[in-house]
Amino acid sequence: MIEVKNLTKKYGNNTAVRNLSFTIGNGKIYGLLGPNGAGKSTTMNIITGCLAATSGTVLIDGHDIFEEPLEAKKHIGYLPEQPPLYMEMTPAEYLAFVAEAKGVPFEKRSRQIREVMKLTGITDVSGRLIMNLSKGYRQRVGIAQALIGEPDTIILDEPTVGLDPKQIIEIRQLIRDLGKNQTVIISSHILAEISAVCDHVLIISRGKLVANDSLADLERDASAGNGVALKVRADRKAVEEILKSVGGIELREIGSSGGVTTAVFRQSGSRDARDDVFFAFAEKRLPIIEMYTRESSLEDIFLSLIGSDLDGDGDIYDEEGGSFDADEEPDEAPAPASGEKSGARPEKNARKSDRQKDDEDDSDDYTPLFGGGGEEDDR
Amino acid sequence: MEAVFKREFKSYFVNMSGYVFIGVMLLFCGIFTMAINLISHSAQFEYVLGNETIVLMLIIPVLTMRSMAEDRRTKTDQLLFSLPVSTAAVVVGKFLAMIAVYAVTCAAMGIVPLILKIFGSVPLGAAYAALFGFFLLGCSLIAICMFLSSLTSSQIIAAVLGIGATLALYLMSGLASLLPSTASGSLIGLLVIGAVLGAIVFAMTRNYLIAAISAAVCIIPTAVVYIVDSTLFEGLLPKIVGYLAVFDRFVTFSNGVFDLTALVYFLTVTVFFVFLSVQSMDKRRWS
Repeated sequence: MIEVKNLTKKYGNNTAVRNLSFTIGNGKIYGLLGPNGAGKSTTMNIITGCLAATSGTVLIDGHDIFEEPLEAKKHIGYLPEQPPLYMEMTPAEYLAFVAEAKGVPFEKRSRQIREVMKLTGITDVSGRLIMNLSKGYRQRVGIAQALIGEPDTIILDEPTVGLDPKQIIEIRQLIRDLGKNQTVIISSHILAEISAVCDHVLIISRGKLVANDSLADLERDASAGNGVALKVRADRKAVEEILKSVGGIELREIGSSGGVTTAVFRQSGSRDARDDVFFAFAEKRLPIIEMYTRESSLEDIFLSLIGSDLDGDGDIYDEEGGSFDADEEPDEAPAPASGEKSGARPEKNARKSDRQKDDEDDSDDYTPLFGGGGEEDDR
Repeated sequence: MEAVFKREFKSYFVNMSGYVFIGVMLLFCGIFTMAINLISHSAQFEYVLGNETIVLMLIIPVLTMRSMAEDRRTKTDQLLFSLPVSTAAVVVGKFLAMIAVYAVTCAAMGIVPLILKIFGSVPLGAAYAALFGFFLLGCSLIAICMFLSSLTSSQIIAAVLGIGATLALYLMSGLASLLPSTASGSLIGLLVIGAVLGAIVFAMTRNYLIAAISAAVCIIPTAVVYIVDSTLFEGLLPKIVGYLAVFDRFVTFSNGVFDLTALVYFLTVTVFFVFLSVQSMDKRRWS
């Protein structure tokens, strides 16, 4: 149980975290999500006592991290962004050191170290120097370190950053396993990462909490925005008439420019209305240039939450702001003239228009495999 | 604290710096013993220690350079911060690990008088009192250099700062004699020290008010006392600077005198700088 109340952290004139309040219950996997520089690491550092807050309180199982740090720290295991490993030690020695420092009784130490090594899959490398281990194994040693002392809550700061896809899948499985017995908080700037493992999401933007919801609820919100987008070489009026004549669909947005009309409709029935739409246009000999399902994803919710926050006060952190400002309202209708499918993935498109203005068509192929690996590369 | 101590102590013997420290210290101890006791036929082991201080001055910073700086570079300090161990315990653990390495060296050097004893009469009391003083001198230097290491994340800078500081302390009595001993000269010197103190405080806290207050605490009483009675300032500056001459305190030991005030002095310096190191490490959480 972690209670964060009115947490504020200032670096000089820069406010990294402002007035953050939330409660982390027991036995779930929580995801702390936000763009780079949103204050995720700062928040985690404060919760774990690595950093002092400017104001506000953090209670860990009823112990104030600032007032009773030693008692509070016994209830949390922390893996910072960069695993804090002593390169000249072996994982076994390192974990023995951590166990002793965490005050694990001598007779329990070797058993607990063995269990943790087994859980994180580092038993085979336990005798090698940490400096000779690969990044994935180092990350595991870092997680193992956090697990020592059987803390109630495990806090992992970007646990899969810089790992290869196989390692990412393994670490995620490990996090899911941990979540069965303990509370786990992970942070990430990749939404797919969070949606793959977490039950509950906290979205932070510019040091402020903009969403605090279960993943299921967020997904329900997101699917409300699904629809089919359509581009037809015809004038607006004709398209409108034809779509009206097709049953079982509901026209949401329409616009036209340069002889091409773009429309978005939702299918109200369970039947796939796309066949009907196709034949309806074919009958009138109006060519459909494009038709695709526009899925409003969690990412859209994420971006709109962050985007709307950026509109609110754009005074701090401008290094990330630019890309979001380009698409302030991601749910807006696609701009008819541009031929962009901008509604679907605003950030992606915003970035694209910077880089490859001539090639817009592959945004459909974008599937967030491995937690949106593409997104990770973008950043 | 024990966990940190054990880890640190072991690390000195994993990355060679402990062996290098002990090796170099004992090498020069052997050379001085040969020159002073064997070739010059002196029975005084204290003189060996007196010369060994030069080696100590150069090699203590090498021992201490990683102590705090390395943690900052590799981010292992985040682990130490998140462990249920107080910062003071961490720093004291690190300090004691270095003291332990140094104590091993001193213990090995303690064999020398016993060997000399085989060949004739050696004043063992004076020899071991001097060795004890030598140990305390080393403790103070380790504390000072550990503090300097906590100021930076680079081992090289920590070592250079450390050697600079120990060299300055070594030459301090010589420096003191260069300073003006007139009342007005002392006043100016103290005012400059006050201003420098304010600047250092500002560099550490980035807070004008605290810096101004700490400078004022030094400057105003000094000025007031000077106005009331300027004769008090005769020769004051060289005297104050002389207090900082850590190495000079050991001279009495190497002359065969067990000096209690020096003992208190060394312990005070040690505790003060260990305290400063704790503050310096804790301060990083507030940055």
